[in-house]
Amino acid sequence: MDYVIEMLDIRKEFPGVVANNNINLQVKKGEIHALLGENGAGKSTLMNVLFGIYQPEKGQIRVQGKDVNITSPNIANDLGIGMVHQHFMLVDTFTVTENIVLGSEPKKGLKVNIEDAEKEVKRISDQYGLKVDPKALVRDISVGMQQRVEILKMLYRKADILILDEPTAVLTPQEIDELIQIMKSLVKEGKSIILITHKLNEIMSVADRCTVIRRGEGIETVDVSQSSTSELASMMVGRDVSFKTEKTEATPKEPVLEVNDLVVKDIRNVDMVRGLNLQVRKGEIVGIAGVDGNGQSELIEAITGLRKAESGKILLNNQSIMNLKPREIYNHGLSHIPQDRHKYGLVLDYPVAENMVLQTYYQKPFSSKWSLNFKEIYNHAKRLIQEYDVRTPSESTLARSLSGGNQQKAIIGREVDRSPDLLIAVQPTRGLDVGAIEFIHKKLIEERDKGRAVLLVSFELDEIMNLSDRIAVIYEGEIVADVKPHETNNDELGLLMAGSNKKEGEA
Amino acid sequence: MKLQKLTGAWIPVVSIIFGLLAGAIIMLLFGYNPLAGYIALWNGAFETPYFTGETIRLITPYILSGLAVAFAFRTGLLNIGVEGQVLVGWLASVWVGTEFSLPMAIHLPLAVIVAILAGGIWGFIPGYLKAKYQVHEVIITIMMNYIALYSVNAIIRNVLTDRDDRTENVAETASLKVSWLSDLMPNSNVHAGIILALVAALFYWYFIEKTKYGFELKAVGYNPHASQYAGMSVKRNIMLSMAISGGFAGLAGAMEGIGNFGYMTLNNGFTNIGFDGIAIALLGGNTAVGVVLAAGLFGVLKNGALNMPLSAGVPHELVDIITALIIFFVAASYMIILLRHKLIKLYTDFKNKSKKGGANK
Ligand SMILES: Nc1ncnc2c1ncn2[C@@H]1O[C@H](COP(=O)(O)OP(=O)(O)O)[C@@H](O)[C@H]1O
Ligand SMILES: [Mg+2]
Repeated sequence: MDYVIEMLDIRKEFPGVVANNNINLQVKKGEIHALLGENGAGKSTLMNVLFGIYQPEKGQIRVQGKDVNITSPNIANDLGIGMVHQHFMLVDTFTVTENIVLGSEPKKGLKVNIEDAEKEVKRISDQYGLKVDPKALVRDISVGMQQRVEILKMLYRKADILILDEPTAVLTPQEIDELIQIMKSLVKEGKSIILITHKLNEIMSVADRCTVIRRGEGIETVDVSQSSTSELASMMVGRDVSFKTEKTEATPKEPVLEVNDLVVKDIRNVDMVRGLNLQVRKGEIVGIAGVDGNGQSELIEAITGLRKAESGKILLNNQSIMNLKPREIYNHGLSHIPQDRHKYGLVLDYPVAENMVLQTYYQKPFSSKWSLNFKEIYNHAKRLIQEYDVRTPSESTLARSLSGGNQQKAIIGREVDRSPDLLIAVQPTRGLDVGAIEFIHKKLIEERDKGRAVLLVSFELDEIMNLSDRIAVIYEGEIVADVKPHETNNDELGLLMAGSNKKEGEA
Repeated sequence: MKLQKLTGAWIPVVSIIFGLLAGAIIMLLFGYNPLAGYIALWNGAFETPYFTGETIRLITPYILSGLAVAFAFRTGLLNIGVEGQVLVGWLASVWVGTEFSLPMAIHLPLAVIVAILAGGIWGFIPGYLKAKYQVHEVIITIMMNYIALYSVNAIIRNVLTDRDDRTENVAETASLKVSWLSDLMPNSNVHAGIILALVAALFYWYFIEKTKYGFELKAVGYNPHASQYAGMSVKRNIMLSMAISGGFAGLAGAMEGIGNFGYMTLNNGFTNIGFDGIAIALLGGNTAVGVVLAAGLFGVLKNGALNMPLSAGVPHELVDIITALIIFFVAASYMIILLRHKLIKLYTDFKNKSKKGGANK
């Protein structure tokens, strides 16, 4: 069997972690080979080894059957290997063509010959149906377009083996469909693609074969046509994964959160929440379904004290918390898993341990009158890391260097551990892999079963349908419907979210 | 692989070495002997107890102005107003020192505390404006420097004196000059302020690294959104940080007022203590130890420079060029980091190659 790429027995260590341990990857010519694994499994590391960014501690790499020693990306380029990184490496203020030729500029005497380059870029773009404008400035084009520029860059350098690191993470559904078409036309022209992803449905729709890695170990390589999403998922996570979250019937008790006639303005001074009514009771998960921008953010910010409410009532355990400071609201029994974990959820330059006391650092036992009690802070972190399966080299690792899923688990550990009466979770699983999603869903249901009130905001209908005991549909700042998940379906919810039913306004 | 472990702390050291090398090249270009020049520099800083005393005297306010800039910086604020806060603190200490007559046990601490408060208030004002009205602190602090400069002059002329350009000397009960230090380094202006400066550095370290207030200030500096989410008051922390920063600066002013000079004269321009503090904080990486070391370097360079024209014939402007070069190298430390990567790469390439070579044989 001829392989264009063979990586045999690759081992790569970082201080404190073995990112790759004896991994094998064999890619055939003209195939789309998926590399599947949870966040932090070691996919990017393996590809950075292939691309010459990291040197492996051990192992062998063969390209087109020949032993090679790839010590820099330039050597990888010469071997026909190209890579699009998870984070694009483009210069915003340069044009598409300038970005593409950067580093290998075609010269005419001392001058860069940009016209010829533009023609060449146009030709390649047409050949693969990329529809890129060679003269556009990178800062003016969409993220999806920027990604195509990265792909063009590889093709311009005559790469035959293309590595795409989580290319779909930043794309809209339409852009994903288009990218899939592009990948198919690339392999038709004889290119080979290594596609990194943790999204199973993408693998099912484009990949020929799939290599699964888990916690730095190579697990198996399978033919996608002979496999199934659930088989791939369990290989990736290391146990059976249920896509349908198991839960018992809710037994809601007295109301914990009551919102009456709430009005909230956004920064432009426009009413975003317009007389909204909502109730969340002990022991139930209420899901707020709606299209982004219908007042969800403003509602949550008003409840959590991050934004001023204009009028109405917000009661937590029968006490008004409207327009109190966030700290006072926390002390009334609220926890909040914020939508944007980097912007709000974490101080990325603080260690994991200190992030885990972000709201409580000033209280006993984490603090005495003046000084912090680091021993308690670190013990607390150790316990949460264990209980919430946060994968980090240590408690003193900066939050920045954790993977997205583990950052989210750290936040969830911190918020759930405070044993709140009301737990607000906004998009708690955005961008995470199935293993982490399942874990987080389980935790939310556990909290419900402990008698807590859970308010879930999500733009993903599947998540809302799976988790909620009650669904409140938000439309233009009001709750326009209150339905039970088993009495409705995605189509009906979709219509409600589009505003087809503006009559029942009570939830 | 050991090369990779070397981080952070050695970058300033390498920067300094590069700066000194660059200075040597410039001396050579202009026909001076760099070795003689640097020996003169060293001697000028340390040769006699007098020189040493003067060096310490110079280092003292630098430590404090460096701490002032660094403190604000840890909360994500650029306090360009340390210069003005120094002037205000200087005036306040001289005012207490000249206008009151009290026993030393009260007089001296009072002068110090009033200077800290004055600088603190001068720092609090831009902090308040930033927190309440989102005006950028750089603009306000620059303006506050000018306000300080001219108001202080006006007060010296019209309030503390009768149209004179120099205040009285402060009372001995308010002076930081202590005989055991002066006897150790005779004729120099060394004073006990160095002890206060070192205590201030200790306080800085403890406050920033160990207290819950430091935890908040740093969190706000790193990520104000997350801090607000977590229930910290971003506004309160901005005001607090600027006030404490100003307090350090005010204390730096007291070093001149009741330490070095013992009086205050009209100022035509800024003292530069505050502006140098920016460079010192940067050089010291905004840590207490770093600031003390950087202030030491600045003091040694500046004081030693005075000896270069006399002993080696090198114009002392050259030392300004050297300090500027050192700061340049720190600011451009990414170049050094880059160089380090190159070295590591060379090293690993070399190792791989030699391994291969061995296998082939
Ligand atoms: N430059 C690095 N330094 C230290 N640790 C790293 C570095 N890059 C990745 N890691 C660690 O190696 C592991 C694998 O990371 P990565 O390859 O990025 O995973 P994936 O791409 O599968 O999400 C993680 O535990 C990550 O924290
Ligand atoms: Mg990755």
